[in-house]
Amino acid sequence: MSKAVSKKTEPPKTAYFNEKLMTAPYLFWSIAFIIIPLCMIFYYGLTDRTGAFTLENVTAIATAEHAKALWLSIGLSIVSTVICLLLAYPLAMILAQKNVSQQSFIVLIFILPMWMNFLLRTLAWQTLLEKTGVINSILNFLHLPALNIINTPGAIILGMVYNFLPFMILPLYNSLTKIDPNVVNAAYDLGANAVQTFLRVIFPLSIPGVISGITMVFVPALTTFVISNLLGGSKILLIGNVIEQEFTQASNWHLGSGLSIVLMIFIIINMVLTAIFDKNGEGTAL
Amino acid sequence: MNKKLSFLPVILKKSVCALLFFSLTAGMLTACGSSSSAGSNGEVVVYNWGEYIDPDAIEMFEEETGIKVVYDEFETNEIMYPKVEAGASKYDVICPSDYMIQKMIDNDLLAEINFDNIPNAKENIGESYWEQSRGFDPENKYSVPYCWGTVGILYNKTMVDDPVDSWSILWNEKYADNILMQDSVRDAFMVALKLNGNSMNSTDPDELAAARDLLIAQKPLVQAYVIDQVRDKMIGGEAALGVIYSGEAIYTQRENPDLEYVVPKEGTNVWIDSWVIPKNAPNMENAEKFIDFMCRPDIALMNFEYITYSTPNDAARELIEDEDIRNSPIAFPDLSQYQNLETFNYLGEEGDSLYNDMWKEVKSN
Repeated sequence: MSKAVSKKTEPPKTAYFNEKLMTAPYLFWSIAFIIIPLCMIFYYGLTDRTGAFTLENVTAIATAEHAKALWLSIGLSIVSTVICLLLAYPLAMILAQKNVSQQSFIVLIFILPMWMNFLLRTLAWQTLLEKTGVINSILNFLHLPALNIINTPGAIILGMVYNFLPFMILPLYNSLTKIDPNVVNAAYDLGANAVQTFLRVIFPLSIPGVISGITMVFVPALTTFVISNLLGGSKILLIGNVIEQEFTQASNWHLGSGLSIVLMIFIIINMVLTAIFDKNGEGTAL
Repeated sequence: MNKKLSFLPVILKKSVCALLFFSLTAGMLTACGSSSSAGSNGEVVVYNWGEYIDPDAIEMFEEETGIKVVYDEFETNEIMYPKVEAGASKYDVICPSDYMIQKMIDNDLLAEINFDNIPNAKENIGESYWEQSRGFDPENKYSVPYCWGTVGILYNKTMVDDPVDSWSILWNEKYADNILMQDSVRDAFMVALKLNGNSMNSTDPDELAAARDLLIAQKPLVQAYVIDQVRDKMIGGEAALGVIYSGEAIYTQRENPDLEYVVPKEGTNVWIDSWVIPKNAPNMENAEKFIDFMCRPDIALMNFEYITYSTPNDAARELIEDEDIRNSPIAFPDLSQYQNLETFNYLGEEGDSLYNDMWKEVKSN
């Protein structure tokens, strides 16, 4: 690798300039839709209705309702992330062992649902899980006990796992296919059994994928409000719902922004962890 | 050129046209308020409740006036308000409820309506509705009544065997997981405040705390807090009891004859949704034309038959052919026979935040 790089001649100045020029659309995009909105959130979050500086909107996270919603969100997100990981890892391993044409077919199957709108798919789960819904009608027909998980935390976890599973599978699959089969073979040659090979060779090498998969599931799960609204019957208040309601119902943008800042802190912690474990940036590429 | 092949350009042209048409309509739907596809006489941007108008009526308006209607929908007054207040999306006609109209008047968001340009309003809309409107629009200057009704309990006769005449049935443990509540703060608190014998416009912290505790006690029995979905869930037999607007009751009964609507004896909310024109409306004249069109008896009748919400348009009510509907106690109740009827008032910013905080406590519990 390093040899190849050193062989390359320095690019001419014009190419360098063109490169800069080509990043302009992306720069414009990030300033307009990431930097400016972020500044607005900080402005609203750190001021009150009169425009005076205050930390009240941020410290409001400590009130009983907000803290409860935050812990519940964290709890449900962790459970969903763990379930996603347990489901996705074996699948990604099987995938990585298949030949290329089989791989692309299975990956396609997993990506296919993502072509459909996320809201529609979640609404479909509502119809499936309802008391008189599709699943219960079938269970009833077979004289089996009814499934009553709609409007419970269980339904929300199901919705999260269903919606975010592909985001766990793909980075895992990515990092597992990158493992040189010779490394695995070497482990066997040196007398390691399957379990030892997995624990000491395959799993450590797939850590970047695991970490980026965890980020990509945990962050959207932590901030979701649609899934909890649709599958929780608006009975279960997650931190995403609190923020959404501050904006849409209570029209208190200041409190909504303040709570968003708190949420951002959690997301930043998550990203720092990712950066530490995933130094090569291997797993992050989808 | 081969004869068969000569069709090809025509087909191509057609499909390109169709594609263009689709992308245009899609663009209109997503970017409401874009003026790229204005009609010959400009456009009018309407912001209304979901499923609250007969789409044919909009089409007729466009054909008759040459004004393009850009249509956008909201689910609650609270979602509508910040969008209008922020002023980023400019609407010409909005249809808020009573207390929200009061709030918009208070915050100087509405334009006075020139009733000379809306002759159909004064002519067709019953005097009693103008009088009721004065509760939130004291001089009848800003709003034209569009729909009205009560809030009550819709129940499934096959699933409920107790008499339903009081809000208290929503606290009956027999119907645990079979109760649907409204997922909007004022409507939910109305139920609890009325059951406690308080005014639904109360800002007394003790009364509100009592109502909040009542709602918290009810929460384990509630299947879900929903808004528009009450209708479909009740039709599908998903729940036994639901809090619902009277306008939905007739529709749900049509779909599922087992359903019955009751106005509880403790009193309820009598509401009016009215057309208003915001101050920053870019097409004020077209807005007036639109409101006038909606007040025409035949159009009001079309809308009534489509959305089944009670119309304040007396001339339209006369035109209803089905006598049972024309005299339906659900659609056109004799309000004098009920007690403790009230209309929501705007409670000021402090009142609003009091309600919102307590509602959050209910939801997070």
